[in-house]
Amino acid sequence: MATTQRERILPDRPTGVRPPGPQPALAPPRNPGLPLELDWIRDVRVNRSAVERRAAAIGTRRTVKRAWQAAWLLRAVTLIDLTTLSGDDTPGNVLRLCAKARRPVRDDLLDALGARDLGITTAAVCVYHAWVETAVRALQGSGLPVAAVSTGFPAGLSPFPQRVAEIHASVAAGAREIDVVITRAHVLRGEWEALYDEVRAFRDACGDAHLKVILGTGELGTLRNVARASLVAMMAGADFIKTSTGKESTNATLPVGLVMVRTIRAYFQRTGHAVGFKPAGGIRTAKQALEWLLLMKEELGERWCRPDLFRFGASSLLGDIERQLEHFVTGRYSAAHRHPMA
Amino acid sequence: MNVAEIFETLEYGPAPESAAPALAWLDRHERTFGLFIDGRWAPPRSGEYFETVNPADARPLARVAQAGKEDVDRAVAAARAALPAWQAVPGHARARYLYALARQLQKHSRLFAVLESLDNGKPIRESRDIDIPLVARHFYHHAGWAQLMEREFPGYTAVGVVGQIIPWNFPLLMLAWKVAPALAMGNTVVLKPAEFTPLTALLFAEVCADVGLPPGVLNIVTGDGRTGALIVEHPDVDKIAFTGSTEVGRIIREATAGSGKRLSLELGGKSPFIVYDDADLDSVVEGVVDAIWFNQGQVCCAGSRILAHEGIAATLEARLKARMETLRVGDPLDKAVDIGAIVAPAQLEKIQRLVRQGVEEGAVLWQPSWSCPTEGWFFPPTLFTDVSPAATIAQVEIFGPVVVMMTFRTPEESVALANNTRYGLAASVWTENVNLALDIAPKLKAGTVWINCTNVFDAAAGFGGYRESGYGREGGREGLWEYVKPEWETHAAKAGLAAARPDLDAAGPDLDLEPDPAPAPGAGGAAPAPDAVLRNEIEFAPNGAAPLPPIDRTAKLYIGGRQVRPDQGYSLPVHAPDGRLLGEVAHGNRKDIRNAVEAAHKAAAWGRATAHLRAQVLYYIAENLAARADEFAARVHAMNGASPAAAAEVARAIERLFTYAAYADKFDGAVHPTPFRNVTLAMHEPIGVIGVVCPDDAPLLGFISTVIPPIAMGNAVVAVPSERFPLAATDFYQVLDTSDLPGGVLNIVTGRRDELAQVLAAHDDVDAVWYFGSREGSAAVERLSTGNMKRTWVDYGRPRDWTDPRQGEGVEFLRQATQVKNIWVPYGE
Repeated sequence: MATTQRERILPDRPTGVRPPGPQPALAPPRNPGLPLELDWIRDVRVNRSAVERRAAAIGTRRTVKRAWQAAWLLRAVTLIDLTTLSGDDTPGNVLRLCAKARRPVRDDLLDALGARDLGITTAAVCVYHAWVETAVRALQGSGLPVAAVSTGFPAGLSPFPQRVAEIHASVAAGAREIDVVITRAHVLRGEWEALYDEVRAFRDACGDAHLKVILGTGELGTLRNVARASLVAMMAGADFIKTSTGKESTNATLPVGLVMVRTIRAYFQRTGHAVGFKPAGGIRTAKQALEWLLLMKEELGERWCRPDLFRFGASSLLGDIERQLEHFVTGRYSAAHRHPMA
Repeated sequence: MNVAEIFETLEYGPAPESAAPALAWLDRHERTFGLFIDGRWAPPRSGEYFETVNPADARPLARVAQAGKEDVDRAVAAARAALPAWQAVPGHARARYLYALARQLQKHSRLFAVLESLDNGKPIRESRDIDIPLVARHFYHHAGWAQLMEREFPGYTAVGVVGQIIPWNFPLLMLAWKVAPALAMGNTVVLKPAEFTPLTALLFAEVCADVGLPPGVLNIVTGDGRTGALIVEHPDVDKIAFTGSTEVGRIIREATAGSGKRLSLELGGKSPFIVYDDADLDSVVEGVVDAIWFNQGQVCCAGSRILAHEGIAATLEARLKARMETLRVGDPLDKAVDIGAIVAPAQLEKIQRLVRQGVEEGAVLWQPSWSCPTEGWFFPPTLFTDVSPAATIAQVEIFGPVVVMMTFRTPEESVALANNTRYGLAASVWTENVNLALDIAPKLKAGTVWINCTNVFDAAAGFGGYRESGYGREGGREGLWEYVKPEWETHAAKAGLAAARPDLDAAGPDLDLEPDPAPAPGAGGAAPAPDAVLRNEIEFAPNGAAPLPPIDRTAKLYIGGRQVRPDQGYSLPVHAPDGRLLGEVAHGNRKDIRNAVEAAHKAAAWGRATAHLRAQVLYYIAENLAARADEFAARVHAMNGASPAAAAEVARAIERLFTYAAYADKFDGAVHPTPFRNVTLAMHEPIGVIGVVCPDDAPLLGFISTVIPPIAMGNAVVAVPSERFPLAATDFYQVLDTSDLPGGVLNIVTGRRDELAQVLAAHDDVDAVWYFGSREGSAAVERLSTGNMKRTWVDYGRPRDWTDPRQGEGVEFLRQATQVKNIWVPYGE
């Protein structure tokens, strides 16, 4: 597309300056949170139909092809919290997962893409508390953080002191990121102070570990609730807000994601604090990953497409991305068994 | 750029849709197209061709025929020849053809989409995801109407040969909006695509041939405005359907005035986009994108005037500017482009000129920091702030990616600003408050109101304008009325009744309405005459005493609920069939019409009164008329000399009042099942102030039959009673005085029929005119209606049997007295 020179309608008159868009620093400071602002929460407006309309157009207004698609998919790999959250997890599969996190894409493919030097790894590995130490050991020297799901994941209804203690235990075991779940009842009943206090307590328990707050959006009933819960979580000091546990019947959807990232933008514009976003659950295909990246780039800009501000919670996504990358390299459709399993 | 670099920047790259299949199709036609007439391709007899150009690179795509007079004649002849058979085939057969067209459109959807983007410059995303799917949907939907026509439109038949002229902004979609309903209802068509964008219509012609559409049913003649004029002026065309500028619509109205051609016009707009302080502002921003940066803003219903509540205007402006930075302008065939090319240099120059004017008039211009392609014709998204309603850019249709923003303080003010325009095509309302939304929607003068959405369309919902945005609807049941006519009109025509009735003014001495020479009239009116001879009734004193002279009854004008004297102190005589002078009526003039129109506007509350109340008032009028039935019968008898018929006429008039009292709360709108989660409410709204020029045919019944339907639907009426038989109408105001009809709802101005009709037709604050009179008078009304493009309903001097309920009353009258507003209300929390 030829974009060499600006169409000057009025050569003698400047056409205005770009408004200050959201552009966090290279290494944004953590979100310290705010005192609870109930007026702000009350003012939240979300029009579901309009949100769905925009969300549906994200993937039709934008697309990336060929080299651009390959590059975007590589970026997506670096955003993955490679996850296993199963009752039958053992050290065996957790170790496999960690190995895959270190080397998510075959070297020959990276070579072909000219991406060997980019140091492609996933963003983190995400496990239950029981396997935090295993994973920490396995990732030693890689710089990759281990994230632990916590606070009575997935329902979040165990006794409150126990939930706080669980955070302490995982941090002590070496987890650098803690994915907590909120009490959905607080949202459903409009108990914003209670929600705020809960998340604030989790944040305090995290210490230096980063706090990702799972809203369980599939159980919040309305998009307005999603927006209000997002806002309260950020006010209470969340480093990330995250859609789902992956255990609800409805996981991360683009309309939910759109509402959350718009809330992140509003929070950033008002406070200057950049909060990250993590869609999780149901993201299985490269195409979906691209849609989420398009959403982030369109609504928040490229800065929000980096691992300190954006993550995918996913387990099978990586496999599909690998196959797409191989297709780009070879021109032939690939097969799952051609890529090392996690 | 290599993968590693893009990995760092996450930039967008090119994502081109291949033009190859579309170009191959052009090559198969050797990049030269003839005319599609009578099912065959033929070179133009004119021998002329013109080029159609790709606006993205300014390179020619193909040579297309310029149809001349001989070509248009052939096309109309082919359509005429095909009409009887096409009309005669069962609806089911037409349904199969339309269904086949829908299927073919879907099967070849990408070819249509790419060709459309090549020819028009619109982004492939839009042609692929919006235009072409809507086209297919339109044919599916209307296949259904063809199937159901006999059941759903009993007593109606096709209008005949239809000339259709469509614009360049949605070339194939506008073709679908025109062709699908026309064919479904059994019409045959001569269609002219816009000269800038003829290609998809030509591909469509090929598809029609492929599905075996009978030759002559659809004829496609390409050309510029000259070809359009040939269609408009062709004597054998029964109807013209036009979408385009108000300017050209006006010319077409003038050119067809008095021809008897039916006319539907979908014209320009300057649609408001109203944002209240409780709206979801992020969604509003996307709404603006869909409103004004859809199709480069070349959309007749584009939301080009943002009206924002003062409290949120600054926030909205900031978010809008941030969003504008992320819009992408470029190659229309790039799948990641939001805004494509402007259709032609002339259009680009017009946009540039208006933008320059906006700046000169003091508005603040803002455009994003990035640049547009320099090859081809592009214009960046543009926002104007500090705009006043007086600014040119706030009033005229720019038809480009340019939006103006103004503020308001209260809902009332938002409505006032929204309606402060000559146009009335669409409006968009953004609020999370359902009470506010549903309060505002009916107050907006627009054919379509979108709540929390914008620029959504569907075949099941009618689309069309109020005011200077035109008349007629496209889509839905309401759109089909444009393509049918009552069967009795055809029968009447066959029986020779349709021959225009002689103009009554010139019909012979006993009908001579000029003042009797005998009583030495003053200019324009009769002098007062000796009492007794003037009166049709002689009053006798009781007890057989000597007859007393009757008390003079003076018929005045009835304006604003009061009897008033005419502006000028002249009267006109009213004669009996035997030449006797029956009385006199006021000779109303243009100032009386002016006063009556003002009074009618003051009665606007009638339109908001409940339908139940309107029904009650009409029943009450009937009751009071019944109480004086003998008196009215005598009056009618005296005027037309038909005694038994006079009593029957009064009885019919009472019955007719009952009919419209009954209809007042039963002419329902509809909820259209449009295919996404919303309710689309099709509301029948009054048009406003209607001038009704009453027929001569039945002194009382003609008056009641034409004046009451608009009132039943909530309009205010300025009535010009029969010039020959006005006394039934002037007597009638005494019935009104006792019947609780609010003053100003029905105003009666007697006088010279055609003189007053023309004042009404030329009055820019009259919203519609009904005229039942002469052929010449009909033509004058149509011609003069162009000032504000008011709706007209005239009879071209063809008589109508007012005693026949099929002709003299019913839904046809109610449709003429209403306009359909479609309100789209998406829902879901």
